[in-house]
Amino acid sequence: MAAIGTYAKQGWIRRQLRTPGGDTGSAVARSGKFPVWRWAILLIAGVYFLLPLYAALRFAGIHAFGSVFTTPGFGSSLWTSIQISAMTWIITMALMVPTTIYVHLRLPRLRALLESITILPIVIPPIVLTVGVLQVFPIQLKATMWLLGIEYVILAMPFAYRAIDAGLRSIDLKTLTEASSNLGAGWLTTIWRVILPNLGTSLLSATVLIVALCLGEFTMASLNLVQTFPVWIVLFDQENAQISVSASILALVVTWLFLMLIVTIGTRRARRTGAGEVTLFTVTANTTTIGES
Amino acid sequence: MATNEAAATTSAAATDVAAAAAVVAATTGADAREGTSVSLRDLTRVFGATKALDGMSLDIAPGELVALLGPSGCGKTTALRIVAGFETATTGEVLVDGNDVQGVPAAKRDMGMVFQSYSLFPNMSALDNVGFGLRMRKASPTVRRKKAGELLEMVGLSAQAGQFPHQLSGGQQQRVALARALAIEPRVLLLDEPLSALDAKVRLQLREQIRTLQQRLGTTTLFVTHDQEEALSMADRVGVMRAGKLEQVAAPDEVYDNPATAFVAEFVGTMNRIPGDLGSGGETVTVLGTTVPVQSGGPTSGAVNALIRPENLTIGAAENGNGIVFLRTFLGATSRITVLLSGDLQVLVDIPSTTAAAMVPGASVAVGIPSAAVHVVPAAG
Repeated sequence: MAAIGTYAKQGWIRRQLRTPGGDTGSAVARSGKFPVWRWAILLIAGVYFLLPLYAALRFAGIHAFGSVFTTPGFGSSLWTSIQISAMTWIITMALMVPTTIYVHLRLPRLRALLESITILPIVIPPIVLTVGVLQVFPIQLKATMWLLGIEYVILAMPFAYRAIDAGLRSIDLKTLTEASSNLGAGWLTTIWRVILPNLGTSLLSATVLIVALCLGEFTMASLNLVQTFPVWIVLFDQENAQISVSASILALVVTWLFLMLIVTIGTRRARRTGAGEVTLFTVTANTTTIGES
Repeated sequence: MATNEAAATTSAAATDVAAAAAVVAATTGADAREGTSVSLRDLTRVFGATKALDGMSLDIAPGELVALLGPSGCGKTTALRIVAGFETATTGEVLVDGNDVQGVPAAKRDMGMVFQSYSLFPNMSALDNVGFGLRMRKASPTVRRKKAGELLEMVGLSAQAGQFPHQLSGGQQQRVALARALAIEPRVLLLDEPLSALDAKVRLQLREQIRTLQQRLGTTTLFVTHDQEEALSMADRVGVMRAGKLEQVAAPDEVYDNPATAFVAEFVGTMNRIPGDLGSGGETVTVLGTTVPVQSGGPTSGAVNALIRPENLTIGAAENGNGIVFLRTFLGATSRITVLLSGDLQVLVDIPSTTAAAMVPGASVAVGIPSAAVHVVPAAG
């Protein structure tokens, strides 16, 4: 992917160089500098994202941060959210990793179908999903975090599928699988020792997306009457808006640190084994892909 | 990268391989091991409407290297994959040491395979890659490391043991893959065009290295390739395939000198197609004024071309010859003369370079054919 980009860029530069007339010199000069318009876009985007944060910070005041941790409901709701995230992650991975691998290897024709199925949760509004689920699920599960976790699995599915799918496309899955079984490995061993370690980057991406989703989702949680962290923030807002706002800023920072940690670990691993680059929202294809011939 | 590697291989391949192979052989007892025989019996493989394999039979003797040679789509890879256990035959059977292996999963067949594409596990170092098969066989870490180290030494890559696949060149990766396949002491070694992704120089060296190791270890080997030079230079016997069938299985020189069919004749080596006139019911053909017998299996009527190798054509300077020298290409010991015959027909003639002095472009020459039997093919084809 990166390679394609580079080639395309080279092609573009070559074309620019070949362009007759006075344009030639300016194209070269321009490519040497960091153009002004990039700074402008960066500035606008920065203001757009940071201004609300600044406003929130102003509103909450520094002293509110100290009392956030002792506020009733903060700890328990955060713990609930973390538990739900973990549960969602486990179920989603357990379902999607083997399914996607299987489809890639044995049923490549179903890939398009699976892709369109996994996009459904994005298309269907969460409220519709929740109402539907509440209709059919047993009464014992209602208003528990277990049911919410299962619902989050559905929401997480598109992200997980896309990330894993991209990872599988970037490796020579068929050859690696065959090499592994040729050397005597069974299916589980092949998945555990050969496929998963080489999906590292995309599994991290999936994890990041799933955790971010679970820590931030509000609609389903509130309809399910589960007091997750976002639900608590909204409810507590009516009691003490300053503490509620400082809690959400805190949550933002903590989530951000957590994601950066994951990405850092992933990048270090990727550098060692020569895998693709790790970024938060993209899974770049492994450019060392071979075996095209 | 390639140059470095080339230099390294030359020194390593020639001297170390034999010595290192002896070390491994000593530790494993492989040197004196009786090889495994493999029999393919009437294999057929149907994919939808196409027959990838159409009744293919082949016997490979213990310790023998048989190359399957053919154009892409001829079924050679399918045959190899059936032996490996990655495909199943529609009908027919594969016998390993006389036992039908149908139903035995690939993981349990004890066959080492080297793939066309680089198949090393990217997350493991060269040493761990080589040790993977031993790990699957529950070898202790100490044994595994020792054996993997020996095999890396055997392919001349001891210094690269700790490196990851992306840090190795293509040729090095394939050598690690070879070491990995041999580490499990396979009953059969399967090579699926292992050299086709490499550049010419590395390919040549690796070719020799594989053959040396294979002979040293006495591992029965099935080698699939579309490169005739590879097949002819490495194999004990070459099986030429077309459309799911074996056209001929024979020693390399036999395939080259006495091709069983016109297809084999044209696929292996360089061939001239020279128009001829069929006579006496298609049993003889007259080419360039000489009448010779026709090898059976070709057309018996109509316009035909005779197939004659460049080195079998005769050429001599002649005042009013049947051709004019168009080009002389110096190839070392031999020179290839391109001669323009009447009717814009170009033929290639190989002669010793010592006798090629007179064959300058524009010279008038007489080109003739030997009196041996020839293959003929329809002229339109």
